[in-house]
Formats: sequence, structure tokens, C-alpha cells
Amino acid sequence: MNMEEATGQPSVGVRAPGAMDSIAAPAGSRRRSGSIIWWIVFITGFLYFFVPLLGTFAFSMRAQPAFSAYSVVVDDPQFAATLIYSFVVGIITIVVATVLIVPTAYWVRLRLPRLRPFIEFITLLPFVIPPIILVFGLLRSYSGPPLPLAGSDFGSNVLLVAAYVVLSLPYMYRAVDTGLRSIDVRSLTEASQSLGAGWVTILWQVIFPNVRVAILSGAFLTLAIVVGEFTIATFLARPAFGPYINLIGGNKAYEPAAVSLISFGLTWIAMGGIAMLGRGSRQRVQVAGAR
Amino acid sequence: MAFLELNGVQKRFAAVTAVEDFNLAADRGEFVSFLGPSGCGKTTTLRMIAGFELPTAGSISIDDADITHRPPNRRNVGMVFQSYALFPNMSVADNIGFGLRIRKRPKDQISRRVGELLELIHLEGRGDRYPWQLSGGQQQRVALARALAIEPQVLLLDEPLSALDAKIRVALRKEIRSIQRQLGITTVYVTHDQEEALSLSDRVVVMSEGRIEQIGAPADIYNFPATAFVASFVGTLNLLDAKVVDAGAGRLAVDGQEIRTGQPVTVAGNGGTVGIALRPEAISLGEPTDGQNRLRGTVDDVSFLGSIVRIRMRLGEVGPSISMDTFNDPHLQLPGIGETVSASFPSTAMLVLERPAAPIADEVAAAEA
Repeated sequence: MNMEEATGQPSVGVRAPGAMDSIAAPAGSRRRSGSIIWWIVFITGFLYFFVPLLGTFAFSMRAQPAFSAYSVVVDDPQFAATLIYSFVVGIITIVVATVLIVPTAYWVRLRLPRLRPFIEFITLLPFVIPPIILVFGLLRSYSGPPLPLAGSDFGSNVLLVAAYVVLSLPYMYRAVDTGLRSIDVRSLTEASQSLGAGWVTILWQVIFPNVRVAILSGAFLTLAIVVGEFTIATFLARPAFGPYINLIGGNKAYEPAAVSLISFGLTWIAMGGIAMLGRGSRQRVQVAGAR
Repeated sequence: MAFLELNGVQKRFAAVTAVEDFNLAADRGEFVSFLGPSGCGKTTTLRMIAGFELPTAGSISIDDADITHRPPNRRNVGMVFQSYALFPNMSVADNIGFGLRIRKRPKDQISRRVGELLELIHLEGRGDRYPWQLSGGQQQRVALARALAIEPQVLLLDEPLSALDAKIRVALRKEIRSIQRQLGITTVYVTHDQEEALSLSDRVVVMSEGRIEQIGAPADIYNFPATAFVASFVGTLNLLDAKVVDAGAGRLAVDGQEIRTGQPVTVAGNGGTVGIALRPEAISLGEPTDGQNRLRGTVDDVSFLGSIVRIRMRLGEVGPSISMDTFNDPHLQLPGIGETVSASFPSTAMLVLERPAAPIADEVAAAEA
């Protein structure tokens, strides 16, 4: 007696009328419910992100006439000056952090793998140390000899960049370290050396280009942090954008909302510009043979 | 005077000796393979020649210049890696020209040289592709061209074909050998594949546990292995225990059956145990002709391997097994399982080894698995 005879049901491979539909239907409804769930997640995230922006925009439009809050902001010379200042400091911070972190992460990965946990711990310290502590430490250390940086504009700018480099450590180091993990650092280094390259050439022509995308992802976060940073810039008395937003908020009602939205948009444009720099790269993750 | 010399080279990692007393003198243009199982020290030795590892003792010289402590970027040694190690951010042409740009050669010279090498590796017109757009075999050829571009004194290849499938491996190794012959570059090739080593090399260095077991031409390594390890590692082998009946006369007994070596046994005295190594292709099915030895047994298995038929025969009831290979012949009458047969072989085909060898069931069966 076979399965069909025993159970009275069609055996495997024998389809009863409508069986195909009943077999296909569950898979189809699973797909539909799966995509609905993803749409719900997407719409929720979209609303979570854009509703506050919408609210801010709505608030800024309460100024009469319409868009007058924006025109006040744009006409304020301090707006452009502080925004440009913060962007410039942001770019310098990204460059300094990259020059500092990429060789460090590379060397740790290549020669000092046992130090990785220790380095990772250090790069996470900015999460633990509040910016107010950091800036007071800087002021105390650099107000007098041997390096009285806090007494001059140039020195204060240097301190500001240094502080921002520290703040960017968790993001930049992790991004670069992840980027280095996606390439065979050791083989690429040895291949370069066998062809006559020194360390600078290896870093500049082989390592940097292959972690460019990782650097960019860290750079986005760094730029966003720098443009909006308030505490350190205020205590170092720097003409940065964060203190400007705070100043505007103390004096005006609707203009702070306009400033926030404008700076938000400009920051996104800057990130898009940075992303454009990383585009056009046809590289892929290294295709490696067996190891 | 040898072109590439390694004298007493040793490498220790903490308490582990990876390479011990390595001595090699390779002539200009010679193709030498380092052959051995994983962990035998062959790659470590190669890396010391390249400069990526510093020897704990000994010296390495190329063309009479001591390079032992020279940094890797100043040795003018080209290396091809197991993982290809192509630069993902550079095109094929840029990869090949990298070493020449480091040496600040003029652009037109670089362009010409890259063109020549693309032609050599049969990738003309693909200089603008990127590594991820190439197959594994193509990537390895680019890696080879990149290593050759700088006109190295010595070319080092670290298992370059191990990631490729069998057909491409065979085709590419012929290409590598052809290019090497054409250019006359002294080459050191690391592999665990004995077929690769035997087919490519002028000489083979067989290594085990950090030491050299034997250096010799492929035919010598295969036909006259110096140690039990070389005998068992290179090629398929029957390894049997034999009792010494009369050392002076070269008489031995395998499972009670007497055989003769044709010369005195020096590795053990009367009553002692020695290892007998016999290649399957040296044994014939049938009664011996003049001077040949004979072993009788029962057929355990007959395997058709295409051009070869392998017959496994057990000596006695529970004695050791031996395998014999015979060329496939449609008219050949093969024995049946359980049939009693005779196997014959010349005394010169036997190798008498010092230590008793592992039972054949383990060796050939493992190789066939």
C-alpha cells in the first residue's frame, strides 16, 4: 500500500486539482507580508526623521512675512562667517584625523595586533569624557608655558582642531579599521615592498586609496559633529557655528529654527560633496585567492 | 659560484624552530621548488629570501651580495603571492607598472614594458581592467607580470596556483615554466603539490618539519628517495616491513616470503626490521623473470583509474597489502577479487629504509581517499 492508498491523500508528486494554488499561496502571502513590514519600518523611520524637521520648518514660518526668518538669517553676516569657519575647521579636522589615524590603524593591524584592544579603548574615551572636561583640560594645559596656545587666535584655532580630532576618534578610527579589515593589508604591503616601495609610498598609493570609502564615512560623522559643536567652541571663544546658533536662540524666536534648517541642508550638501569625491572609484573589495 | 645561496639558515619563533640548517645553492636561471606538507617551513624559507622574515641564523646571498639584513624593498626580488595581492585601486596596467613607477622610469618606457608583459601573459587589450573584473587565472598572470616587470634577480612564487581549479592550474604552470625559461630568471617555487614540483623544476627541495629531507632532480627524488618521508610523500608508494634474513647477501622476508635486494643490507643486522619502499608501477602482475623477486597474495581490489589499473593484493591471510599499477589495456585479463596471484619486481626497484615504515593500508588507501 502506498502513501496515497494509506492516507487517501495525493502522494508527493501527484497534484490534486487546486493543489498548486494552495502550495503557492502561502509563499506569496509571506512575501507580501514581509514587504509590508519593511514598508512600515521605512515609513516609521522616515516620519521619525522628517516630522521634527517639518515641525521646525512650520515654526520658522510663523515669522511674518513668510520666510522672513530665513532672510534675516541669510542677511546676517555672522551666519555665513560662522558657518564657513565651522566648515573649514571641520575639513581641517578630517584631514588631521585621517593623517593621524590611518597610519596608526595600519601599523597596529600590520605589526601590533595585540595593541588593538588598547587602542580601541583609547579611541572610545571621547564618549566617556564630556567636552566640558576636555576643553577645561586644554585651557589649563595650554594657557601658559611651554605652549601658551590659548592666548592667541591661531593657538585657539589649533586647540579647537585638536579637540575636534579627539572627538572624532571613535568614528574615524572605527571606520578606518573596518576599511582595513576588508583588504589584505599584509599581502598588499609585502607585494608593495617586493616591488621596491617604501612606507610612505605604500601608505599613499596603496593603503589610503583602498580605505577611501571608509575614511569618507568617518568624515561625514566628523563634519556633522564639528558643525554643530557648541561647548568647546564657546569656551575657546571661537567664532563657530554652534555658539552662533545659541546666540541667535537667545535673542530671536523664529530665526533659530531657520538657522537650524539651513545649516542642516548645507551640511547635507557638504556631505554630498564629500561623497562625490569618493565616487567614480571602480575598486571593489579585494578579490583574493586562497590564504 | 651559485647565484642564490642560503647557508645554514635558521628561523625560530619563540620556542618553535620553523626552519633548521637550510642550505641551498641555486644556479642562475635554475627553477627550484620547495616541496613539503603544510607547516614544513617552505613558505618561511621563501619569506626569508624575500626579506619579510629575518633569519635567526645563517646568511642569504644573491649574486655574491649578502642580502640577509637588507630590507625587502631593496632586494630586487619579485614575488607572486598565493592571494595574488593585486592592488584593487589600480588597473591591470597600473599594477604591472607599479614597480617601474617606484623606480622612476620614464612613462614611455613603462608603457612599453607593460605592453610587452601584457602580451607575454596573453592579456593584450585588458590593461584598463581592474582586478575584480578578471578571473582567478587572469589575476595570477597579472601578478606574475607585475613581479617580472622590475626584472628581478630572483622570482619567488608562494603556492601561486593553489586557489585555481585543476585545469587552469595545469595550463598556468606550463605558462609559468615557459616564461621562466624564456627569461632565464632564477626561480624559487613553493608548493605542496608534488605533481607541480616534479613537472616544473630543475631541482626539488623536499622539506619536513623545518628540515631538508632531500635535494635533487625530480627523477632522482622520485626514483631514489633518500628517506622514508621523501619516499612516502613523493608519489604513491608501497611501504612494507621486512625482516633481515641475511644482511650480507641482501636477503629479506616479507610476511614469510623471501626477497632479495641484490646488495648487502646496511641499515640493520640479521633479525632486524627494515622498511621496504616499492613504487606501484615497478610491480608487475605475473610470475617473475630472471632475477626478479616474487610475492604471492590474494587480490583485494581492482581499481580502474583510466589509463592505469591499480590492483591491490594482500599477502597472506592478514598480512600487509601492496598495490601494483599497470597500464590499461583492453585486452588485458584482470584478476578477480579473491584470486591468488603473483606479483614480481626487480631487486633494483626496492628501497631499503632504516626505519620500519607505516603499513601500506594506511599509505595508499589514504592517498586514494
